[in-house]
Amino acid sequence: MIISVHHYLVLSAILFSLGTVGVLTRRNAIVIFMSIELMLNAVNLSFIALSRHLGNMDGQVFVFFVMTVAAAEAAVGLALMIAFFRNRQSVDVDDINLLKW
Amino acid sequence: MAHLFFYLVALVAVVSGFLVIKCKTPVNSAIALVNTFFCLAIFYVMLEAPFMAAIQIMVYAGAIMVLILFVIMLLNLGSEARKRYTHGVAWGAACGALVLVQVLYFLNRGEATGMKGEVTSDMINTLGHTELIGKALFTQFLLPFEITSILLLVAIVGAVVLAKKDV
Repeated sequence: MIISVHHYLVLSAILFSLGTVGVLTRRNAIVIFMSIELMLNAVNLSFIALSRHLGNMDGQVFVFFVMTVAAAEAAVGLALMIAFFRNRQSVDVDDINLLKW
Repeated sequence: MAHLFFYLVALVAVVSGFLVIKCKTPVNSAIALVNTFFCLAIFYVMLEAPFMAAIQIMVYAGAIMVLILFVIMLLNLGSEARKRYTHGVAWGAACGALVLVQVLYFLNRGEATGMKGEVTSDMINTLGHTELIGKALFTQFLLPFEITSILLLVAIVGAVVLAKKDV
């Protein structure tokens, strides 16, 4: 029995749901960001598995762009967290409550 | 044999992903995430995409995770001090389980189409995977490629401005 595309898609689903639980559950902003990266990587795995299954290069080029955008998002998001830490001395998302009614 | 190898690497990837969301200190989560990235690179090699595996290790494990670890060390973060509300964790786990059940249901119901494109394993082995990606990237996806360079410039300028002490 060869490893079909379903195996990779199920694994991608499991990793994506783990990332979702991490985003919803944790309070440290950097761990939330790492869970978002986990979700992005799960989707990357889906793209490459389906690209191999369908015999098309579009999925892998899209993964290339996803990686680039994730790198840009990492830079800006972490700079944001540093700027916030400078004011509040904490990266707990419960402390980001200035706009809370 | 390949089956066993796939299940082993998949188990390591899922356990590492679970450790990312479970560990109390951010450094342990970061190291578990690096482990997940390495497992995914192994999967990309198994899926006949060696260039993407190399790029995954270089960009994700080599650049993004190093940046995250720099920030964790710079801010000197310890473990989460305050007590976590258990009802929040229960709701989050319920939502994640719901997402997983939904996706698995649709995966079970649907069927992967047998449509075959023009890129086969022989083509990847003879032409080379890097050349195929380069061909697609510089002819069909040229505009997104150029826009991505502008995106990176904007991200660099934004990160520098955001992290400065006095603008």
